[in-house]
Amino acid sequence: MENELFQKMAQSVLDGDSDTASALAKEAVDAGIDPLDAITKGFVTGVNKVGESFACGQAFLPELVMAGEAMKAAVATLEPEMQKRGIQRTMLGKVVLATVEGDIHEIGKSLVGTMLSASGFQVYDLGVDVPAARIIAKVKEVDADIVGLSALLTTTMTKQKEVIDELDKLGLRKKVKVMVGGAPVTRDWVQKIEADGYSEDAIGAVAVAKQILGL
Amino acid sequence: MIRPKVELLDIDLVNQIISEGIAILENPGIRVHNQEALEILANAGAKVDFQAQVAWIPEKITRQALKTVPHEFTLFDLNGNPAVHYFGDKIHFDPGSGGLTIIDSQTERPRLPLTNDLIKFVKLVETLPQIDAQSTAFVCSDVTPEIGDLYRLYLALIYMNKPIITGAFRKDTWWTMKEMLSAVAGGDKALALRPTAVFDVCPSPPLLWSDTTCQNLIDCARFSIPAQLISMPLAGATAPVTLAGAVVQHTAESLSGVVIHQLVKEGAPIVWGGSPAIFDMREGSTPMGAVETWMISSAYVQIGKALGLPTHAYMGMSDTKIIDAQCGLESMGSNFSAALSGANMISGCGMLDFESCLSYEKLVIDAEMIGMVKRFVKGIEVRDNPVALSLMQKSGHKGEFLTLPHTRKWYREEQYLPSEVIDRASYEGWKSRGEKSTFERARDRVEKLITGYQPTKITEELRQELRAITLRAAQSFGMQSLPPLPQGE
Repeated sequence: MENELFQKMAQSVLDGDSDTASALAKEAVDAGIDPLDAITKGFVTGVNKVGESFACGQAFLPELVMAGEAMKAAVATLEPEMQKRGIQRTMLGKVVLATVEGDIHEIGKSLVGTMLSASGFQVYDLGVDVPAARIIAKVKEVDADIVGLSALLTTTMTKQKEVIDELDKLGLRKKVKVMVGGAPVTRDWVQKIEADGYSEDAIGAVAVAKQILGL
Repeated sequence: MIRPKVELLDIDLVNQIISEGIAILENPGIRVHNQEALEILANAGAKVDFQAQVAWIPEKITRQALKTVPHEFTLFDLNGNPAVHYFGDKIHFDPGSGGLTIIDSQTERPRLPLTNDLIKFVKLVETLPQIDAQSTAFVCSDVTPEIGDLYRLYLALIYMNKPIITGAFRKDTWWTMKEMLSAVAGGDKALALRPTAVFDVCPSPPLLWSDTTCQNLIDCARFSIPAQLISMPLAGATAPVTLAGAVVQHTAESLSGVVIHQLVKEGAPIVWGGSPAIFDMREGSTPMGAVETWMISSAYVQIGKALGLPTHAYMGMSDTKIIDAQCGLESMGSNFSAALSGANMISGCGMLDFESCLSYEKLVIDAEMIGMVKRFVKGIEVRDNPVALSLMQKSGHKGEFLTLPHTRKWYREEQYLPSEVIDRASYEGWKSRGEKSTFERARDRVEKLITGYQPTKITEELRQELRAITLRAAQSFGMQSLPPLPQGE
């Protein structure tokens, strides 16, 4: 009976249906089902299926993004119950995301955020045109494991190095891993600025994030 | 005689799109991150929130701007001759602009361009009759990034006769670029009377004017330097996914540009241009080679014409990384769409890898495409009356048309004569010429054309003045000297 519910949960994510995902989450709470089970056995199954589907060209970005939204809706509904029970979803890590100063492009970054949070990371998305100081402040505030920096212009790409240098100066570099991305970012650049990880796309970013944290 | 034309929207849809564009400016309004523009709009009667930096423009202000906007203007070459007439369905072509890399002719892979590359590119454009205007094609990597925009213009002005489509990356460098153009023209008034350059100004989707581009728009209006609006909705990402919806957003953004511009100076020249694309749902990229991209552009050009404005489009590009079959098919399809749509300026030849890379070889190949599409839109003209009856009755059954004076008289008018880039030889002929690919033939042609380049009549005095202006700007950004120009030039 539970399995049936879990299947429906997975399907709601596959369908990108936030309303149904939310409703099913509530159903689980009302039925006394462990919210963590709902997440790992229900909704996350859907997230994984969407990822696979995308990888083999059956699903595309809209499906991906909406699946992420559905996941978010489900988790939001389950959160109060988890707090009540005093259980925490084991987050794989904390990620601060930002598009660097002077740059307003954010589609890629937002996609990465969606995929990371759907995959179990705690994501803090600072938005676009974010000065290095604000990024560092957030990294310190939440004790981030990873900072992800996006840039779409070669003229703003250099800010990625700036953040890395700042982390270095503050002695945080060893503790915080840096991922960079955006169309002009190349492997050469990643090596040059000594970033820890890079991915061509949002799906790959999840794997890279896991890998650089040794998961 | 019919000028072949393609229209994707019927008149009701055109009117609907325009109405919605106007309505969007009233609600949700337009974001304007430029203080001066907000004040101008507020003074004109728009509702403005200076904190949130949003303006809500009432319909009557938009309609008024559309009344004062000029329906045409002419660009002049540096010898003072009219060169580009932004009017009606007349089409002109210029290379893509704002590129970051150039295809190396030997490796066929991208590399960072240097001063000598831009000079070579400008010269090449001068030698290609199919191309009507220069562009500030790519940024030179051997100068400090802050002067990336003005340095391209400096180099172009030394080697070009043709007018130029350009753009600034900053507010301050716009002034340096204007100073250069003014020096060449003989003063601001002379420049306004006979403009030699158009500045691209780009709103950001959706519905946003950044401080820099808005300031450029205002400054262009003030000096009557033609401003070319480049709205670039990304259908499915930063604009509605429906093609018609993307055109609505383009309309709204462009209308807001027209309003601000005409409020600064009524009657100043402005172009309804753009660079929209669909959002590729697999790669998250912005394909200029997608047919839907061409359709959105064709449709917004039609809207611009309905509003009585000169038009422009970013077409003729390809998303490939190398000059291959995809490069050919995308560029050709795009060029044809643009020509049939009648956009007055079509920017993009020579450009590939979305809008990031330029290539000498692609430029000469694209020049052939341009020659062909220009020929196509010239249509089928009636040269004789009767068309061929008398001729054929006289000629009878002989079939010796090659010997007729009539053939000699008309063949150069009737046929676009391609260069050797287009192979039409027999198989043996192709073999005997080295079995070359299109790219190889194009590469040979590049070298041949460059040796045929004729220096312009620019005076030594003006060259020095332009260099001094550029050097001053470079030094203000910490670069003490400029790269040398090639020997003996």
